Amino acid sequence: MQFVTLLASLSLLSVVLYRMGRGRAIRSVGGNAATLHSLPSYYGYYVALWCGVPAVMLIAVWLAGEPFLLKSLVLDGLPSEAGGLPAARLSLLVNEVRQLAASGDYRFASGDVARAAAEHYRELRSISFAAMSVAALALAIACGVHALRRVSPSLRARNRVEGAVQVFLITSSTIAIFTTIGIVLSLVFESLRFFRLVPITDFIFGLDWSPQMAMRQEQVGASGAFGAVPLFAGTLLISVIAMAVAVPVGLLSAIYMAEYADRRFRAVAKPLLEVLAGIPTVVYGFFAVVTVAPFLRQLGETAGLTIASESALATGIVMGVMIIPFISSLSDDVICAVPESLRHGSYGLGATRSETIKQVVIPAALPGIVGGVLLAVSRAIGETMIVVMAAGLSAHLTANPFASVTTVTVQIVSLLVGDQEFDSPKTLSAFALGLVLFVVTLGLNVVALSVVRKYREKYD
Amino acid sequence: MPLTSEFLPYQSGRNVAGPAKVSARGVNVFYGDKQALKAVDLDIGTNEVTALIGPSGCGKSTFLRCLNRMNDLIEGARVTGTITLDRQDIYDRALDVVQLRARVGMVFQKPNPFPKSIYDNVAYGPRIHGLAQTAAEFDEIVEGSLQRAGLFDEVKDRLDEPGTGLSGGQQQRLCIARAIAVSPEVILMDEPCSALDPIATAKVEELIDELRENFTIVIVTHSMQQAARVSQRTAFFHLGELVEVGDTEQIFTNPRHKLTQGYITGRFG
Repeated sequence: MQFVTLLASLSLLSVVLYRMGRGRAIRSVGGNAATLHSLPSYYGYYVALWCGVPAVMLIAVWLAGEPFLLKSLVLDGLPSEAGGLPAARLSLLVNEVRQLAASGDYRFASGDVARAAAEHYRELRSISFAAMSVAALALAIACGVHALRRVSPSLRARNRVEGAVQVFLITSSTIAIFTTIGIVLSLVFESLRFFRLVPITDFIFGLDWSPQMAMRQEQVGASGAFGAVPLFAGTLLISVIAMAVAVPVGLLSAIYMAEYADRRFRAVAKPLLEVLAGIPTVVYGFFAVVTVAPFLRQLGETAGLTIASESALATGIVMGVMIIPFISSLSDDVICAVPESLRHGSYGLGATRSETIKQVVIPAALPGIVGGVLLAVSRAIGETMIVVMAAGLSAHLTANPFASVTTVTVQIVSLLVGDQEFDSPKTLSAFALGLVLFVVTLGLNVVALSVVRKYREKYD
Repeated sequence: MPLTSEFLPYQSGRNVAGPAKVSARGVNVFYGDKQALKAVDLDIGTNEVTALIGPSGCGKSTFLRCLNRMNDLIEGARVTGTITLDRQDIYDRALDVVQLRARVGMVFQKPNPFPKSIYDNVAYGPRIHGLAQTAAEFDEIVEGSLQRAGLFDEVKDRLDEPGTGLSGGQQQRLCIARAIAVSPEVILMDEPCSALDPIATAKVEELIDELRENFTIVIVTHSMQQAARVSQRTAFFHLGELVEVGDTEQIFTNPRHKLTQGYITGRFG
């Protein structure tokens, strides 16, 4: 609450300074705003930015540093007998103190030491907050006044403000980039820990996957095998089945939508098709488990085939259905982007509509369609929820679509659900799987996007 | 059929010599509620170049598109009246539009080669109409068409390269080669030089003059010099009506109608 008040007063201050800066700029030229270097509002923004930005930065730095400072102050303030505690106990104590201080409820304190420390902590924190508020407001006013003094007709306020805007934009994009880098690094470091325990060749080329490790020395079995091949084979099998469903259906429906359907039908059918894309994948998971898998199993029984109830086929089909709108809407865009003049050229030579589509439109759109399909493949490989619900857990190395297989994503989920120890290869292997998955989908995306871009250049 | 009825436009000089290849009578075209062509009567003579001129939006391209029923592709377009090709009604239900377009080829304003090789661009029409069976026959058609379009010498070493890689003028001549590869009787050209530079334009004009020997050509153009250079007969359209039609020389030297006079002397348009 106090924090909100602080931010609100800073904003208010900025608004006031905006008006002052604007007014000062206009007055400095005697009301003739056209002789200013920039529009009057730029002078206002210039002053307001000087007022707000340094103060906000101060607050950010303060808040980042505060916990460390408070912690060391609290530790110093502890009675001398607490100084001898082992490091683990000490950090437990600090955590408890923080929680007590946050809740303000000391009934469950472990002892007088903790209670006193929490009191101390609270006190320090409120002092720190008051100091921060004063410092921030003072800085805001000082910088604002400094900027206000500099307002003169020759000040290039527009250039300054636009420079600041550019910095904001750069910061935003950098945040996105650094987040990606952070994710990759966290994967890489955990994976490296895994590869220290399990040789990377065993992981990439091993044909056996059973990540159960012995908890105790004398435990039977469960030696742990981390060959990722069955997982990638399972992922591949399900993705192939999914694409076998999605590519023909998606592509043909796109051709119908783009080339044959009249406008009224298109207006109804296209949104309906895209509803498929809006269905949560969990719901697709239900659909696979409750409807498709039993249906396929019965079908298999009547045909004399054994189809596992967690068959790759059922999972792949449902995943394919999920991907249909993806492919159809991308292909539809690409087909519509083929210039009308090509179609007319073909019709003008006496080609029928289907000849035109087969021999002119599709070849012209092919790079874009391929790009769309590759994006869809990376989507299928990374898809998690459907396979977690519908695919099996045991890793079989098989190409039989009626058997149960497991995928990389399923294994990652099952490895990381529940209690984990972050020093066992079982848990760490999830990161290695994630890293490989990331590399594969990233590669596919890069290829797909470059194909699509190449295509775009051709007709724009 | 003599052109004498009273609503007919001014007729300058001779009528079409011999039987008309294409003959339009009372052709109206509507785009939705808007009427784009009003009762157009026009004969197009065999092995002649007929130029259609007039200010933008006057309906000349619309008329051209009626002749191979490209207007069918435009939603909401409606054509009434009769157009005959060799005395056969091309809007007859019995007539297959695919066969019509094989007989009446078209070259467009902007060169539109398919994203295929030069060879496949030219072979496209013969393939879909089954005009050749063996590879040798295809080679012959492709080479012959490219030669007649005056492009063969420039591209003979790179027939496998994409047609889209040629220069604008070469692309347009490729499109002409593509059109003549199916041996049409009539070739429609919709401002074929408007996207070309003067040198490429001169080449295409020269080509049109040569093609006249074997084909009947109808060309829409904005350039009156071009109409004067390449055509034998000229038809002047204005606001959807055919104002005057006649020998090109006559139209440009001694127009009967004051609208024609105004247009060719550059007073409006």
